Amino acid sequence: MSQARSMFPGAIERVVHSGKGGAEIQCRREALQRLCDWLFNQKNYHFSGLIVEEHPHNWQLRYLFTGPEILLVKTGAPLEEATFPSISEAVHAADWHEREAEDLYGLTFEGHPLLGDFILHDNAWQEGIAPMRNGFNPEVALANRLPNREWRPRRILTAPGAFIMPIGPVFGGATESVHFQLETTGEEVIRAFPRLFFKYRGVEKLAEGRKIDEALLLAERFAGNTAFAHALAFCLAVEQLADIKAPGRARILRIFFAELERLRHHLGVIAGICNSTGLVVAASQVAILEEEALRLAGGLAGHRYLFGLTVPGGLSLDMNDQACREVAVNAQDIIRRLDGIKNTLINTSSFMDRLEEVGMVTRDQARGFGLAGPVARASDYCNDLRRIQPYSGYESFDFKVPCETEGDGYARLRLFLAEAAQSARIMEQAVAALPPGAVFAPCEATAGQALAGVEAPCGGMWNWLRLDEYGTLERYHFLTPSFSNWHGFHLAVEYFTFQDFPIILATFGLSVAENDR
Amino acid sequence: MSRWIIKGLKTGVVTTRYPRHTEDAPGVSPGLPRAMRPGEDAGDTLGYDCPTGALRHVDGRLVVERGRCVHCFRCVRNVAKPAPWEDGFEWTAIRDDGSRVPGAFQHSIYICVIDAGGCGACINEIKHLNNPYYNIHRLGFFITPTPRKADLLLVVGPVTDHMKVALQKTYDAMPTPKRVMAIGACAISGGVFGSGFVTGAGIADVLPVDVTIPGCPPPPLAILHGLLVLAGRKDAAQALAPSLKSTKKTAEAG
Repeated sequence: MSQARSMFPGAIERVVHSGKGGAEIQCRREALQRLCDWLFNQKNYHFSGLIVEEHPHNWQLRYLFTGPEILLVKTGAPLEEATFPSISEAVHAADWHEREAEDLYGLTFEGHPLLGDFILHDNAWQEGIAPMRNGFNPEVALANRLPNREWRPRRILTAPGAFIMPIGPVFGGATESVHFQLETTGEEVIRAFPRLFFKYRGVEKLAEGRKIDEALLLAERFAGNTAFAHALAFCLAVEQLADIKAPGRARILRIFFAELERLRHHLGVIAGICNSTGLVVAASQVAILEEEALRLAGGLAGHRYLFGLTVPGGLSLDMNDQACREVAVNAQDIIRRLDGIKNTLINTSSFMDRLEEVGMVTRDQARGFGLAGPVARASDYCNDLRRIQPYSGYESFDFKVPCETEGDGYARLRLFLAEAAQSARIMEQAVAALPPGAVFAPCEATAGQALAGVEAPCGGMWNWLRLDEYGTLERYHFLTPSFSNWHGFHLAVEYFTFQDFPIILATFGLSVAENDR
Repeated sequence: MSRWIIKGLKTGVVTTRYPRHTEDAPGVSPGLPRAMRPGEDAGDTLGYDCPTGALRHVDGRLVVERGRCVHCFRCVRNVAKPAPWEDGFEWTAIRDDGSRVPGAFQHSIYICVIDAGGCGACINEIKHLNNPYYNIHRLGFFITPTPRKADLLLVVGPVTDHMKVALQKTYDAMPTPKRVMAIGACAISGGVFGSGFVTGAGIADVLPVDVTIPGCPPPPLAILHGLLVLAGRKDAAQALAPSLKSTKKTAEAG
């Protein structure tokens, strides 16, 4: 970071180095834009998110840049000066993060083109409510609501005959609640606005003031389909605060279950893709495999979605080695059958026509929007925290991070297939390397802050945790992959026709719960 | 296309034999804590705090409120005296005020599903009702795209603020007779989120609930049991607590 000091004389106040070459860079508010621009556009760091904290007298903002090392660009202001420069012109990936901070903390980002009506919908809440502020009581519902009755969907398209096609939030079928406003002149989706946060549950606010054990339930269950990965990120952060590592056996078992979850999640996405094209037999065939993966998890760990398994300090349950081996063998069998389905799929022209060269996202777009996980990797933007910031012992595993270049629906399908196969491979290595011993070590977290990241099935996810001296949470913030991927989702559907829309949506494998929190 | 037909036929029948026979394949259900049987001893202390209040110790007896259990397993793992636990999945509870909830429908039931803020696991389990392992079509249950022709509303999630209007409108759009089924701990009692500034303590605050399926999430077979109860083909496990009433507090906006 000496380079940054010479590039921006006087702007950087302090640099605190942390492990693995990471650093926290304290910078002046005025220099924030230039420093972030330089890190993102010149040094090619991935922008992972914005962490806002309200302290008794001042604001603290941390901009998380990840790459070979983790950089936190930190800036602050006195509490009454709730105005910061917007970095989203140079770092477009920060756009939604700034909108979130504006909505929940009442901060202003100078230069941001569109603030307001994001998490708290303006047609349901008045402006000026900042639920994440310290004085806000999360336990009572707000009365005296003054919703903006003048609120109307945004319109960009002015062509003759243009209209907005509204879809959701209630769908025909079992689908998570989200609303789309698709601007069109009839055939093509010209502009797409996903209106999210119908499922905003204020999880971060609910977690404040709770003990670690209580917060763990929230961390695990705000998005059930990827619960194990989220709980793991939380536990890793708590273990950082306690300055311990889970026992070796627990660490390997965590990898085993994280990969079982990834396998099951990807099977669900693949089944969804088959279903979206109306290929019912294929969808059923993959759904059989998904159900089998759920049963493997249920049979081994007691819960189909692995709830209640990982705890700070290790796992709540030890596993039988032989049972783990059988699950790994079954996972391989699932992959073998999935391969058979894949071979039939790629020879089904009606299926392939709907995916190939549909819903393209370029590498530059993926980087600019900070896309994460399989969606980014299908556009040749390869970030995998298991590889670049290994945790829980991933560094000793031999696996590939699949990458594709086309960025279309078919590339995303291939990526989900390839990653599922890699997961089964990692599971096999995990059972072979499973050491004996305990699966739990006492974990006494002390006051402080911690940042932990895991590669969740949808992509890299970060947990920011601040614990006070009484062992309760002061601040808990998730940076989830679905949040960044929803941000970039419109790129893929614009200028494609309406019938492509559900298929492109399926190939993104997005979770609404993970975004909405 | 013929390849798919062959593939489908080769797979054979994987569908569960439930409800004619029992289903005991491993991993179909996480189970639930159960009430103590006569003669069983709860011990002096339970040694754990149930985070959602599903288990309470009243006068030396263990009281289980199934609708609150979120399968955190803290009452059975790494404790001196594990709580009594039961496998199985027939957990459906129905409203018991003399109005004969199951009487309305006897054969086919059309279902509308709405996600009122769930974590996605309940929705996924509902999705699995249509997969070959469970295949609810064979029993005359169909998920319909519109509330206009739905008999039954399946609701998951604690009811978030933003979903309230959509939930009410969906219910109003259904023709009578209609029934509401609360799926999972969130929809029944608020689950891990509980009553707060943007979440409710379950759907009973918004809609009249006829049937509840405990679980977090309830496995597909538990939901299937609920459908069978509603069609009068299976008996409910228990009656619903008479008042699924709201305890929600409100405050003036600041």
